[in-house]
Amino acid sequence: MNAQKFINIGERTNVTGSAVFNKLILNEKYEEAVSVAKQQVENGAQIIDINMDEGLLDSEKAMQTFLNFLAVEPEIAKVPFMIDSSKWSVIEAGLKCVQGKSIVNSISLKEGEKVFLEQAKLVQAYGAAVIVMAFDEKGQAETCERKYNICKRAYDLLTKKLNFNPHDIIFDPNIFAVATGIKEHNEYALNFFDATKEIKKKLPHAKVSGGVSNVSFSFRGNNIVREAMHSCFLYHAINAGLDMAIVNSGQITIYDQIPNKLKNAIEDVLFNKNENATENLINLAQTFSGKKKVIKKDISWRKLNPKKRMEYALINGINDYVDVDTEELRKNAKNPLDVIEGPLMDGMNVVGDLFGSGQMFLPQVVKSARVMKQSVSILLPYMENQEIGEKKRKGKILLATVKGDVHDIGKNIVGVVLQCNNFEVIDLGVMVPAQNIIDKAVEENVNVIGLSGLITPSLDEMCFVASELSKQNIKIPLMIGGATTSKIHTAVKIFPNYNFGVVHVQDASKAVSVASKLSSYKNNMAFTQMISKEYTEIKQKFIKSQEKGSDYPIELARKNKFNIKWNEEKPVKPSFLGLKLFNNFSIKEIIPYIDWDPFFSAWELYGKFPEILDDKIIGSSARDLWNDAQKMLLRIQKDKLTVPKAIIGFWPVNSTNDDLELYTNEKRNNIQEKLFFLRQQMHRKSGRRANYCLADFIAPVESNVKDYLGGFVVTAGKGIEEISKKYEDKKDDYNSILIKSLGDRIAEAFAEKMHEEVRKTFWGYSKKEKFDNQELINEKYFGIRPAPGYPACPDHTEKKTLFRLLNVEKLIGVTLTDSFAMLPTSSVSGFYFSNKKSEYFGIGKINKDQIISYAKRKKISIKDAEKWLAPNLSYLNKQ
Amino acid sequence: MLGFKITEIAKKRILILDGPMGTMIQNEKLTEKDFRGKEFEKHDIPLKGNNDILNLTRPDIISEIHFKYLSAGADIIETNTFNSNQTSQSDYKCEHITNRLNFEGAKIAKKVALKFKKINKRQIFVAGVLGPTNRTCSMSPDVNRPDYRNINFDDLKKDYFQSTKALLDGGADLILIETIFDTLNAKAAMMAIYEIEKELDLKIPLMLSATITDLSGRTLSGQTLEAFYNSVRHINPISIGINCALGPKELDSYLKELSRFNEFFVSIHPNAGLPNAFGGYDETPEKMAEYASNWSKDGYVNIIGGCCGTTPEHIAKIKQAVEKFKPRNPRKIKASFRLSGLEPFNLD
Repeated sequence: MNAQKFINIGERTNVTGSAVFNKLILNEKYEEAVSVAKQQVENGAQIIDINMDEGLLDSEKAMQTFLNFLAVEPEIAKVPFMIDSSKWSVIEAGLKCVQGKSIVNSISLKEGEKVFLEQAKLVQAYGAAVIVMAFDEKGQAETCERKYNICKRAYDLLTKKLNFNPHDIIFDPNIFAVATGIKEHNEYALNFFDATKEIKKKLPHAKVSGGVSNVSFSFRGNNIVREAMHSCFLYHAINAGLDMAIVNSGQITIYDQIPNKLKNAIEDVLFNKNENATENLINLAQTFSGKKKVIKKDISWRKLNPKKRMEYALINGINDYVDVDTEELRKNAKNPLDVIEGPLMDGMNVVGDLFGSGQMFLPQVVKSARVMKQSVSILLPYMENQEIGEKKRKGKILLATVKGDVHDIGKNIVGVVLQCNNFEVIDLGVMVPAQNIIDKAVEENVNVIGLSGLITPSLDEMCFVASELSKQNIKIPLMIGGATTSKIHTAVKIFPNYNFGVVHVQDASKAVSVASKLSSYKNNMAFTQMISKEYTEIKQKFIKSQEKGSDYPIELARKNKFNIKWNEEKPVKPSFLGLKLFNNFSIKEIIPYIDWDPFFSAWELYGKFPEILDDKIIGSSARDLWNDAQKMLLRIQKDKLTVPKAIIGFWPVNSTNDDLELYTNEKRNNIQEKLFFLRQQMHRKSGRRANYCLADFIAPVESNVKDYLGGFVVTAGKGIEEISKKYEDKKDDYNSILIKSLGDRIAEAFAEKMHEEVRKTFWGYSKKEKFDNQELINEKYFGIRPAPGYPACPDHTEKKTLFRLLNVEKLIGVTLTDSFAMLPTSSVSGFYFSNKKSEYFGIGKINKDQIISYAKRKKISIKDAEKWLAPNLSYLNKQ
Repeated sequence: MLGFKITEIAKKRILILDGPMGTMIQNEKLTEKDFRGKEFEKHDIPLKGNNDILNLTRPDIISEIHFKYLSAGADIIETNTFNSNQTSQSDYKCEHITNRLNFEGAKIAKKVALKFKKINKRQIFVAGVLGPTNRTCSMSPDVNRPDYRNINFDDLKKDYFQSTKALLDGGADLILIETIFDTLNAKAAMMAIYEIEKELDLKIPLMLSATITDLSGRTLSGQTLEAFYNSVRHINPISIGINCALGPKELDSYLKELSRFNEFFVSIHPNAGLPNAFGGYDETPEKMAEYASNWSKDGYVNIIGGCCGTTPEHIAKIKQAVEKFKPRNPRKIKASFRLSGLEPFNLD
């Protein structure tokens, strides 16, 4: 085998591998997508790989449509196609559209011999060659031995059972990423080379192929290094016998032109020559990174022309020169609108593409949006009633956090990302009643309504909005998002209430493609049909699972309660009974308790802190964000922009079954308040775990043990929202979202800090404990602080009792909305349990008998109980 | 099935395929009444030109044409079913009789073949003909919608499935997919055959013949001959050849090309030249025989016959011309990893 006989397969016509192509297909811009294929052929691809495996697509149809487009383009159709999908139905759909002899990519023994042979037989009948992945019932092969053995087994099955032409068998022995920092991965390239040699030697006529870009996956964002890695990998793989590979045909560095130092470092990694190979390459990679240069504080870009400067500022999120540049662009333009529709939108398109292809991350995008918005606000006074051309906009989206809910970080992020992608966004803010949403949607004639919410009662409110839309005969599709929302809830509860499209959106990056689909009338039909098919299936599955569902009686669950031998327990009495107020807590004391992981994930940067700051891919983005956060914290601290407050309290308490009685004093004969809890009701096999209820951690009345319960509410203070609002007014989404996401962290950290103080001092049941922050986060201490509305006590309405007990509104100014969300948003509340055996758990699904019992105890209607506990019902609640 | 015997005979001598039905029927100067017969007297659109319906309304004429070709020396006769598929019959609102057209078409040919065999003691084969239909899976009929198709693979496959079954029921000894102008149409037919083979648990002898429509040497759907060959060889047919559209002069180089890499038997049935100004064909039986003789002498053919414009007289002369030559030996092909788009992609 030599390089001349090596076949290169174009990889760009793959929705999972190319963001550009993905976008074109999702937007049904097939003609443009065809040009991607054409470029591949022009750049020397001898075969083109076509993949339509995207969750939002009707992949079968997309495959057929695209192939039909290609069939009539002689310059492209001259080459064979590789029909690539993990779904057999997509492959078969593709095979029905090609007159030539194609390659099927791929089949495997993953689901066993029967499926494998059935598919192989059809490949044979359709007249195609086939790629067989080194994948069997046990999984993907990683070692050379397993790679070869699986291929050998497949080869024997194909040639002996089906008389499959061995020339038409191509093996893909799995190219995996190397230099990932995980030791087990160090051998991956070597294993591939060795397996290739074995296959070529021992399986006559069979070919070997692979997807090369996987190998350099850990260097995403650094194309210089990636391309050099691909080139080195290919060089050695071809020597080992590789016949073909899926590559970006336009972008293969010539092996001989790779700088020696880099080449050696890469080869050390590929052949796992020494322990430090990965580290060396990572270090070296930074000096070869093309991206780094752009980020450096370098003002040479100021010499560019104003259009280019604006693009640069947008991509790099630099708002220092936005006034000057906007002014210059405006003066040179015929019309201020041309500036928006020209340089600004062009720049944001680049940003949208970079974000879509994983080359930019959320914090950077939000900064880019800030430049955009600030520039637009400078232009607005010069525009007389001009609206941005409808055609230039992808669509109009209305966003709102539903009534009763005040959480809006996620919603704001979605808004920014949509704006970056040329959507007009009308944001109604938080706590928006259904009718306001509907009226505004009609008035503005929006394409899509996006509903957001974080707390569980919002789920119910979303159902209500949907049913109101139906009643008022509004036909605008709905997007559902927010922390407690889910595809299954959307499918089972919201979707049946509304016929004009309801789609659950997992995160901000998904929002764009969903909004695009829903906004285009043409796509909307097909898309909503597809979604509605999917949701109907989910719903039916759910209903089926309900039918089979648990009917485990609450009585039995109560018998299996978590037993504490109370005669051996001696609960510690708190240092005081009643309330204690902290109305001027220092931020400085709170900061060390911040758990940074959720902060980064709020910005869609996922990883562990502090390692995330050095992450190869998102590290620089994370570090920038972290630095900005530090600056902001310092500012808050220095200028006393917000005043954290807390109220805690302790009461004598005993349990009665699943409830608690809180007494006014130690005599325990006067009940001040009752707290009502729920009990896990899953069918436990006897002797396994208990059916937990929080009340199990409190001594029962009849035990005569004197037990205590604590409660708390902490808030980061009103300042957070005030600062955020100020930034918003300055069109600075970035800082506005930053302060809010910090506010949430401050509140959580404050709760953590307070809990520690309680354990060590105020309650004092754990005076000697000494943990560092990480151990606190990992909950190494004992005692718990569950919050009403969260898994162990999912009923938000219990917050009302807690607030009464602590006189919260009067003492620290935190209030509750209709849905029991706390205002200010950056607040945390909960109960303190001190028993050593107390632990966090989730209630899970509960049955109707428990609801009836709960409603009776709480003296509320069954309907109300069902409403507030809707997410926990094991049965479908007909509304 | 009987058709597989062709493989044995073709090793020993060049086989003769018959000539066309269409131009022979034209010569009969039939009227609308002949086409309608009694059964279709009241059919609401004209049926003249729907040659296949004669299988039902004038079987006598079809039998006679078959008989003439057999007398001229044909070893293989083709059923009068070129348009007996629902897709084409819909032009005449005759979709509902498609199965009968195929069944009767095969039955007539088989009957003549058996009778002829009895008298002349010569093995005759009936090739059940599957035509290309009047639509194409690979091309859009609407230039503004390149992705649009007026027929798809699955519908066409179903159509061919019915036709093939009826042909076999009527007595066809093998299936001939001919005048292939779009390989994807042919692949639909091949898939239908695969499914029948699976259903009936038998092997169906198959001949394939593509048509080169212009001097670019490509099929209408744009494939070169070798690309076409790569697309269909997996079905392991008795023969892969070319027919129709052009005359022997124009097909000469394509025959030689096809013969070069073809591991199966090679068939050719050219037109009697290109249509002249009056819609007739100019190549004389003698001229056609001269080509046939040269091709045979040089070892390019295994099965030879005629397409549009040829007559029993042409066939007789061709038979005389090729009789003395040895048949071509199928090639052992070298390039073994073979793919194709519009062009072949081969690798040793």
